[in-house]
Amino acid sequence: MLRLAVVFCSALLLASCQRETAVERANREKILLVGNGDDPKALDPHLVTGVIESNVIRALLEGLVADDPAKDDAFPPGAAETWEHGADFTEWTFHLRRDATWSDGVPLTAHDFEFAYRRNLDPVLAAPYAEMLYFIKNAEAYNQGKITDFSQVGVAVIDDYTLKLTLREPVPYLPGITRHYTWFPVPRHVVLKFGKISDRFTKWSDPGNMVGNGPFVLKEWQFNRHVEVSKNPRYWNAANVKLNGIRFIPIENFYSETRAYLAGQLHTTYQVPPDLVDKAKAENPSDLKQEPYIGSQFIRLNTTRPGLNDLRVRMALSLAIDRKALCETIFKGYQPATTLTPAMGDYKPDAVVGFDPERARALLAEAGFPEGKGFPRYTLLIRSSGARTTSEALQAMWKKHLGILVDIQGKDFASYVTAQQSLNYDLAVAGWIGDYLDPSTFLLMWTQGNGNNNTGWSSAAYENLLTEAAHQSDPLQRFEKFRQAERLLMEEQPLIPFAWQARNYLHRPEVKGWHPLLLDNHPWGSVSIEP
Amino acid sequence: MFKSLLSRFLQSVLVLFVLFTLTFFLCKALPGGPFVSERARPKHVQEKMEVYYGFDKKTHEQYWLRIKHYLQGDMGLSTRLEGRPVIEVISQAFPVSFQLGLIAMAVAIAVGIPAGCLAAAKRNSLIDTGSMMVAMIGICLPAFVIGPILAEFFGRKLKWFPAMGWSSSLPSTWVLPAITLGLAYAAYLSRLTRAGMLETLSLDFVRTARAKGVSPWNIVVRHCLRGGLIPAVAYLGPAFAGIISGAVVIEAVFQIPGLGRQFIKAIESRDEGIIFGCVLLFGTLVILANLLTDLLGLWLNPRLRKSS
Repeated sequence: MLRLAVVFCSALLLASCQRETAVERANREKILLVGNGDDPKALDPHLVTGVIESNVIRALLEGLVADDPAKDDAFPPGAAETWEHGADFTEWTFHLRRDATWSDGVPLTAHDFEFAYRRNLDPVLAAPYAEMLYFIKNAEAYNQGKITDFSQVGVAVIDDYTLKLTLREPVPYLPGITRHYTWFPVPRHVVLKFGKISDRFTKWSDPGNMVGNGPFVLKEWQFNRHVEVSKNPRYWNAANVKLNGIRFIPIENFYSETRAYLAGQLHTTYQVPPDLVDKAKAENPSDLKQEPYIGSQFIRLNTTRPGLNDLRVRMALSLAIDRKALCETIFKGYQPATTLTPAMGDYKPDAVVGFDPERARALLAEAGFPEGKGFPRYTLLIRSSGARTTSEALQAMWKKHLGILVDIQGKDFASYVTAQQSLNYDLAVAGWIGDYLDPSTFLLMWTQGNGNNNTGWSSAAYENLLTEAAHQSDPLQRFEKFRQAERLLMEEQPLIPFAWQARNYLHRPEVKGWHPLLLDNHPWGSVSIEP
Repeated sequence: MFKSLLSRFLQSVLVLFVLFTLTFFLCKALPGGPFVSERARPKHVQEKMEVYYGFDKKTHEQYWLRIKHYLQGDMGLSTRLEGRPVIEVISQAFPVSFQLGLIAMAVAIAVGIPAGCLAAAKRNSLIDTGSMMVAMIGICLPAFVIGPILAEFFGRKLKWFPAMGWSSSLPSTWVLPAITLGLAYAAYLSRLTRAGMLETLSLDFVRTARAKGVSPWNIVVRHCLRGGLIPAVAYLGPAFAGIISGAVVIEAVFQIPGLGRQFIKAIESRDEGIIFGCVLLFGTLVILANLLTDLLGLWLNPRLRKSS
């Protein structure tokens, strides 16, 4: 009896064994399996702000300008075939391609873009990332309800295939901006079928309803399981799209994700946990990718706290951090930061901060705390799910080089963010990921009243430089102003940058058309599987 | 019987009401809100979103509104998955958790009860100490140790079963999570069964049966099992509710789209709709499981029937 049961159970187990791994099957079916960190919050580009959402939305919708698979500073045509700008970069005209249609066959016109911008800026809709459109003349006023006539906003439909944008200031990098999903078109006819322009919760972006103009269409979304997209046969460049579909799998535990990859269940992962990088390097050297990313890690300081309002103290804390050691032992692949903005294109900010324990001690003594004596006991705020080792390393460095003690406090995400936004913290480990390749994506937030500043620091001189930069139509002059502004910011140290991010992830060799990109926006239409 | 069922029902409604009230005010006491994001939103946008979800109202108004909506069968919208009805999120996750729970429970019963019987029948033998030692280890080793080890070995190294993922129609995806989840319960169950069986085996009627020449196998299975299972059954009901709601770790390790992960994510992002929905569902499950356990207990133990 017992033996029979054992035999039966074993047979059952054996019978349920898998015959091929998920990747082997997906290679056959030409479906890309992507680890995507979490479920998207929504697929309506006007309701979201994150990278996870961007990854899916970029498969479903396409902006005026497309992403290049290999180059950060190349701007291949997307929904627009050509574009031109006025001499001062404030007037841009985009000529849409005439063969572009939505996935339901309805032609894609300039009206869809105008509709999308009007909807994104609609004050009643309250799109969380409408700010991205504030480059357009009067967009901010319309979004805040100060003007109600959309014709005053700098978006004009010249004809079905010509869109003219008037900007509030010279924006020489506009083509790069339009690659962000907040600038993508939405299908007017579908959005209006399910509700008014300003309705927030309509079903237009649900599977079965959503219509797009990207290389893929939404097939299925099962929460916590996957979002699946399949090839859009009506995409203008469908002949060159080699994948039949993509499955975005939300795996928030990166150890599980790495294991799943090694077990042949994913083509590409979202992130390799830093402590697994060395192991991956030894065991799967050709699969491990370590690529620069447009992100910066820093310590945010509450400059309204006594002690931290002293520049010498802030600088001392900064100079006592051995960034090289941090990057080598903890972050694996990150670069030691010498300023906030990582280098991008022609923008080369000055290196202001570094590791100089002697100067740090001298500054601290000058501020009235020789050898750390009498220094207030601050708390370093971190997100409980991460940054534990980083914060312990920082704690040890400050103890060793400055003789001061700092406590560590981990909070869950919402509490962590709220503490910073209400200036209810001393020091916080934080980070910022750029939305587009321009220093403004890192520098504009440190102004007075900006919701992302949260340091209590502001400077009129800094803001003047930013304004001057905004009115420069010569790109190099503009960068020069930003460089000066960034130098000022760094000499004030309301935030202490310590690392420029990199992306550590695993990627299977049979996936082609995938190159290192600073923004990490791989155009899905160019990716292929060639086992 | 009907009277006692009715009173049970009324008690349950009261329990759920208290449960909701506690959860509601605890949620409101948490720092941060559902619209907190690392990238701050402009104030006018933030305010509009609060209006959309009714978070601009006073706390007590929100409380009564929630109750009113629940009575009307409206569970509200999720804030983490913007605009998605809570009922849609839960109805996607619940069947997965339920199926995983059932399979894990089957594993627990199939392993735990025979092991416990065997240990009791061969008391103080090698089988007894051996199986109880294994059970002790099973109880002590948490799922977040067993899960990754199984996934690493059978998933990554041998590639027999997927290291992650869940499909209701693909048994290969069930094996590792169900074993991980089931083993801890099996271990506990075997100890309970052993204790119950030992108690029954020491009763007078067993000695009489033995004297009359009934085979040892028959004594255990036919005469003692029913009485010996009472402690195990009393444990099973609440355990089943716990297995469905509390498989958070296993869901995260094996990437299972169940309720546990939704619940944790909801708490982290202050997604009140999902939090309340899950809490009410778990509450209902515990109540139902306890009711079922009591009914099963009545069936197994005739003495209880008489007293009630």
